[in-house]
Amino acid sequence: MSADAVTVPVPDRVSDVARAGAALAVRNVSHAYGSRQALQDVSLTVQRSRFTALLGLNGAGKTTLFSLITRLYDTRHGSIEVLGHRVSREPGKALRLLGVVFQARTLDLDLSVMDNLLYHAALHGIGSREARQRALAALREIDLVDRAAETVRRLSGGQMRRVEIARALLHRPQVLVLDEPTVGLDVASRSAILRHVRSLVRERGVAVLWATHLLDEVESDDAVVVLHRGQVLAAGDVPDVVASAGAVDMRSAFIALTGGAPEGPA
Amino acid sequence: MSTTEIAGGSPGFGLGQYLICLRGIAWREALRFLHQRERFISALVRPLVWLFIFAAGFRQILGVSIIPPYETYVLYEVYVTPGLMAMIQLFNGMQSSLSMVYDREMGNMRMLLVSPFPRWFLLIGKLLASTAVSISQVYAFLIIARVWGIEAPVWGYVAVLPALALSGMMLGALGMLLSSVIRQLENFAGVMNFVIFPMFFASSALYPLWLVQQSSPVVYTICRLNPFTYAIELIRFALYTEIDWTSLAVVVVTTIVFTTGAIVAYDPARGLIARRGEGGG
Repeated sequence: MSADAVTVPVPDRVSDVARAGAALAVRNVSHAYGSRQALQDVSLTVQRSRFTALLGLNGAGKTTLFSLITRLYDTRHGSIEVLGHRVSREPGKALRLLGVVFQARTLDLDLSVMDNLLYHAALHGIGSREARQRALAALREIDLVDRAAETVRRLSGGQMRRVEIARALLHRPQVLVLDEPTVGLDVASRSAILRHVRSLVRERGVAVLWATHLLDEVESDDAVVVLHRGQVLAAGDVPDVVASAGAVDMRSAFIALTGGAPEGPA
Repeated sequence: MSTTEIAGGSPGFGLGQYLICLRGIAWREALRFLHQRERFISALVRPLVWLFIFAAGFRQILGVSIIPPYETYVLYEVYVTPGLMAMIQLFNGMQSSLSMVYDREMGNMRMLLVSPFPRWFLLIGKLLASTAVSISQVYAFLIIARVWGIEAPVWGYVAVLPALALSGMMLGALGMLLSSVIRQLENFAGVMNFVIFPMFFASSALYPLWLVQQSSPVVYTICRLNPFTYAIELIRFALYTEIDWTSLAVVVVTTIVFTTGAIVAYDPARGLIARRGEGGG
């Protein structure tokens, strides 16, 4: 499904950010656990048809931000909008447009691949016949259609991730957020998953927010947000961020901004 | 294009989609239960051990006089059966909700909570599903108990169904509430020690309350304050096609309180999960 087939939110509730084309808009968001400030005045946007990397070391606040975007926690300070729908005010509408891949595995290991997908579809109100068709199509896309009846436990880590991504797309969201989806995977699985998600961006116009601490997952035509100790240090297209940091590449830019090296080869 | 194709300003879900969602939650709960065979077996073996061994031993020691709803002297096995039915539901309620915290079920809870349906609906759906599972466990137990010679009136087996639905909801909601507020109970043993055992022993499950009153007025008062006692009595009377109105009232009110508490606790705006400060990047 292409992006232009989607109806943009009706004008009366559309914010200026949505009008500017942002699929996901986070504005001035702060969050604290007791006295510990996890996020401080975080703002970022994710455009349609763009791959936006959320780059940060462990503990930067990425998971907290995901918990706020997915409304696991309430956003008390600032606002988060998915295609113009504020997550705190219209959670149903916002969540219908959002696909999520959490850092922790969330597939049911004891159930079959197909049952996992059907369960997710049901949680989005998609009836079983339609759900089955979509699930088969999604599995075909990730070459796992012949494993549909197997229990998830028998899949490899990379295969599970691909199923999770397929699942997150079953309800055809316009925004896909992934929290460190390649953690713990081997190089081949990592690049397969990256390729797949990038093709979703290119071919379907999905807006992707991809959290990672691995610098080699960022490409030069991506947008990037550098999150460090709960604050956004830089945001924009990769060449702009590199240039404004006075660096030669994203890796040196990241070190210049944060004073620490991320993992992964340059 | 299906109705689920989103146009941004489209209205919410229709009734049909709510039902699809509910069916999906129930289906998953049933599948999980069937796949975890040891859970099914242990859910059945636990009360049977009590019935076959404990009750057989106690039969000689404990005489149960004629108290409602029983019209004759009853064997101790007969007396203890409703308590064991409630125990099945107590364990199930704790397991289905608290497993969220322990065996990485939290991930599944997350998937549930990012569904666009209203959160109260999702939580109540999950409660209904786990209650249905617990009811199937109870009936399996009742069948074996009947083979063992513990018979209730035929209509009692029908009449007990709504009672089990209520008590199952009450205990499931308690488990859900605990799962959202309690972090300290690091494993299931903690729940056993601090929730299941006290609730079970300080109730009318194993001994009629008049007997407790004779030996310790304090324990008697505790038993009277324990909502689990009323769940048992509701089941006990229903099994003999009677309604114990006090128990019904207490169970209904407690169910509402626990369910509301769980919904509030899982509400991101007021809830307690946000204060936990889970780690991560």
